[in-house]
Amino acid sequence: MSADFLYGIEVVLNGLMAGVMYALVALGFVLIFKASGIFNFAQGVMALFAALTLVGIMEGQVPFAHIINATFGTELHHFGWEVPAILAITCTVGVMILFAWAVQRFLFRHLVGQEPIILFMATIGLAYFLEGMGDLMWGSDIKTLALGLPQGGSRWIEDATAGLGGDDFYGFFIDKLDMVATVVAIVLVAGLIAFSQYTKHGRAMRAVADDHQAALSVGISLNFIWILVWSLAGFVALVAGIMWGAKSGVQFSLSLIALKALPVLMLGGFTSIPGAIVGGLIIGVGEKLFEYLVGPMVGGATENWFAYVLALLFLVFRPQGLFGEKIIERV
Amino acid sequence: MTLKTLTTLALSGVLVAGTAAADLVIPDLSYRTGPYAAGGTPFSDGYQDYFNLLNARDGGIGGETVRIVECETGYNTEKGVECYEATKSEGALIYQPLSTGITYQLIPKTTADEIPIHTMGYGRTSAANGEVFPWVFNYPANYWDAASVMVNYLLEENGGSLDGKTIALVYHNSAYGKEPIRTLEALSAEHGFEFTQIAVDHPGQEQKSQWLQIRRERPDFVLMWGWGVMNQVAVQEASNINFPMENFIGNWWAGAEHDVTPAGAGANGYKSLNMNRIDADLPVFADITSMVHDAGNAAGDGSNIGSVLYTRGMYAAMLAAEAIAKAQEIHGVADVTPAMVRDGMEALEITNARMEELGMAQIGPEFSVSCENHGGSGLGIVQQWDASAGNWVALTDYIAPQDAVIDGLIAEDSGAFAAENNITPGCL
Amino acid sequence: MLYREAGDYKTSYTADSQTFPIAFDRYRYWVVLAVSFLVIPFFITDYLVNALFMPFLIYAIAAIGLNILTGYAGQVSLGTGGFMAVGAYACYKLMTAFPDVNILIHVVLAGGITALVGTAFGLPSLRIKGFYLAVATLAAQFFLVWLFNKVAWFYNYSASGQISAPERMVFGVAVTGPNTPAWASYLVCLVFVTISALIARNLTRGALGRQWMATRDMDIAAEIIGVNPLKAKLTAFAVSSFFVGISGALFFAVYLGAVEVGEVFGINKSFLVLFMIIIGGLGSIFGAFAGAAFLVTLPVFLKLIGVDLFGWPTDLVAHLQLVIVGFLIMFFLVKEPHGLAQLWRLAKEKLRLWPFPH
Repeated sequence: MSADFLYGIEVVLNGLMAGVMYALVALGFVLIFKASGIFNFAQGVMALFAALTLVGIMEGQVPFAHIINATFGTELHHFGWEVPAILAITCTVGVMILFAWAVQRFLFRHLVGQEPIILFMATIGLAYFLEGMGDLMWGSDIKTLALGLPQGGSRWIEDATAGLGGDDFYGFFIDKLDMVATVVAIVLVAGLIAFSQYTKHGRAMRAVADDHQAALSVGISLNFIWILVWSLAGFVALVAGIMWGAKSGVQFSLSLIALKALPVLMLGGFTSIPGAIVGGLIIGVGEKLFEYLVGPMVGGATENWFAYVLALLFLVFRPQGLFGEKIIERV
Repeated sequence: MTLKTLTTLALSGVLVAGTAAADLVIPDLSYRTGPYAAGGTPFSDGYQDYFNLLNARDGGIGGETVRIVECETGYNTEKGVECYEATKSEGALIYQPLSTGITYQLIPKTTADEIPIHTMGYGRTSAANGEVFPWVFNYPANYWDAASVMVNYLLEENGGSLDGKTIALVYHNSAYGKEPIRTLEALSAEHGFEFTQIAVDHPGQEQKSQWLQIRRERPDFVLMWGWGVMNQVAVQEASNINFPMENFIGNWWAGAEHDVTPAGAGANGYKSLNMNRIDADLPVFADITSMVHDAGNAAGDGSNIGSVLYTRGMYAAMLAAEAIAKAQEIHGVADVTPAMVRDGMEALEITNARMEELGMAQIGPEFSVSCENHGGSGLGIVQQWDASAGNWVALTDYIAPQDAVIDGLIAEDSGAFAAENNITPGCL
Repeated sequence: MLYREAGDYKTSYTADSQTFPIAFDRYRYWVVLAVSFLVIPFFITDYLVNALFMPFLIYAIAAIGLNILTGYAGQVSLGTGGFMAVGAYACYKLMTAFPDVNILIHVVLAGGITALVGTAFGLPSLRIKGFYLAVATLAAQFFLVWLFNKVAWFYNYSASGQISAPERMVFGVAVTGPNTPAWASYLVCLVFVTISALIARNLTRGALGRQWMATRDMDIAAEIIGVNPLKAKLTAFAVSSFFVGISGALFFAVYLGAVEVGEVFGINKSFLVLFMIIIGGLGSIFGAFAGAAFLVTLPVFLKLIGVDLFGWPTDLVAHLQLVIVGFLIMFFLVKEPHGLAQLWRLAKEKLRLWPFPH
């Protein structure tokens, strides 16, 4: 096999891995949209906020230290303890559940039955609020996420495949972090599917997604389900924040990963969990392969726009997205 | 609501203008929020702390106290314009915007308003030609110097020849990132190395394609023009593909502590350029700690002292303060105007003796500014990250760029600008 | 007693269908125009024009444009930043290629070029609907920015890749470049805003506007009653892009003077303008102004209060600013879900009945 062909395969493999990372972000959007019809613009900021909180708790940072110091002239920075990762993750999940409750209690409870665009706008406000809040609570410097996740290319795969394509081929490069992300994503999706298929609350969640009115009439508490869904989305945001934050450190730019999830959503459909995964994989492979094959001819850095062009091509043939519910139009 | 807001704003605008007193006003267009906050915060801390030190220790500059007016830009061009207009009316003496985008905005504006602007190692490179850009200064070094210093360093490392070597440039796909391309193209023709360009789109969180390409093509050296999250991800990805870190050199905006710490031990050996030497034991830091921080006047939380960008911010403040002192000396008045500060900047001379006297020996190269040359000497050092010790180690002394190549490029670009804007080059 | 229809007799159909049926509204409209054209130019300072008026006016044009597309015709667009970039670069190329032609003509031409580009990217709207349509405009956003960054012809092969506006005169007064007097740049923007708002208002009241609204409310039903969806959607894209292009041209030539495409016309701009029309109120020209005012003036106002009045550290103020803007958006929404324009409408309704609401 020629080296070029093998490198093409390598690009596809890495594209699949990148796709999983995109899908992790997209999952959070899908959960909320499916259950409540809200396009949650704040999902990216939630990932940032969750990751900031995790690091903050782990390092024993004093929340709001800066504003307290500026007001009272104190010199607070850290409590002086360090929290083990498992405990810190649990605490962060707790914070996200609290956040979900607050969002439901103070915002969306007042907006029941409004049009989608209004709900979208509410999440815009939420995004601004949460972005400022994250900075106020934990500061705006870059934080290192010390969870001990493996990083770097897998030596074993590289050595095992090095001989395949002659001297010009150096073996396949697979990032260990990406492999972890893939496993996490599989577990996450399997867990979500099992939860929604086999548990009482999961079934209630699907009932709400199907029809609010009917679900309400059989005694399902919409309020509870929505808190549940926002908590789940908060948890997914935390996972996405950890995975992306492991690469770049936890910083403001983490909130921009939502942009990477948008083409995935459009392609996979806003309402389908498998859609988010498959959409992520298609976008990941498509943009990486395009950059590999066509990028050098046009000067590179094509990934950002090509993802959308790819999604657009699919949509022209399937206007509701790959897995979206079929649009039935009646007058 | 709108009308009421506007009247209130108009009123407060008047109030602000009314408070301008007879001290030296230094605006600090900082960014402690947004995607580049991690870089903007230490720079601004160093910039302000040094002026506060001058106030506390020497009673200001030449007997005039310095008043710092901080304005948050968030690295956003529109907010930068707002900040410029807000601080201009207070009698701002010198601008240091720390953003290429805002610099391009301010060059025509400051020229019309006759306020000098100092873009230290960023902004428009051809502004080094003081005859076309009389109000813009970019000493001690610019991007084209940086590219040339890097190549000169590599030349020295490789026994004086780069023939047959390949050098890849990983750059932020923006005006800033594209700056070194022309210089590197010219140098590649001269020294016979092969030059490839690899663009990374903003913000640069996903660079898998770029680093797979580097892994396939195995360039001998990778240079980087990055800023913000792009730096951390690039260092991480380079370590992921087992690229030899000592062959990976960032420019001076890709060589701070926070650029390498997220990658942990993997970043060990990564090199970067610097225009100022890092030395946490400089006497000036002890002064800042005792007279500014302990007095409760620290600009930030005081944790950045001695770091790369803090030192650079302090260095920038020192250059501004020296220029103001020079202006006071030339014009014989303590309360200088922006035009006088410009004269001071153009007559600025930084010597080793003076830096030693200021408690920051060897912090920068020796250089002098003239009407023709606003760019300084263009010298830079190469430093290397030691991950276990957690600090940057200077590898070289100040390396000179290849002036012959760069001067030609500067003359060409500034000439084009002069023709486009009907400027007759000449000294003021 | 002020705000009454009573006693204001209409004697012709024209008078009956005018924009402001209530006399008080008409007077208010003329007073606002008179103040902005005849009073403000004499008091305006560099700070006011650069920090408040110009961004407000230019964003208002962009918001009017997007409101036509999203608010009136129901097509969600996230490509505003990209289309503004088309306007800016078209204006730059025209300015440098034909330096003797009046800059105002260039701005209008730039709008025309943007209309063509916008129509092309609007074609997928015939097949894709709702949130999914945003993908087509997002593709435009990212592709256009990439294109202007990549192809050196667009920035006249300058070394930096930035475009900067050379000085151009109108009636002997500079309107672009650094030597522009504050009142001149203000008036140029104001003229464009006024004309844009007039055109937009009358278009939306006419046959075309009704076709747009019919398409928005239910496109199949609209088609059945004889609205040509191709024509309705594409004209909406064209008209909307025209205004957005004009705002982009002004943003570059008059306001900023120098532009780097990725930073100034990035995806953030698209979101910002979309936020403006949603917060202001979809399908309302007043909403475009209210939204632009809210998102342009509020941060500046909060900054002035925090930094100049209370003397807080600037970074703290910037963070609090986000929290407060976010909180206000949510607060207004809970109180009045349909944006500032609806709040205004309700206020007017109440005023009509005041002081005897029953």
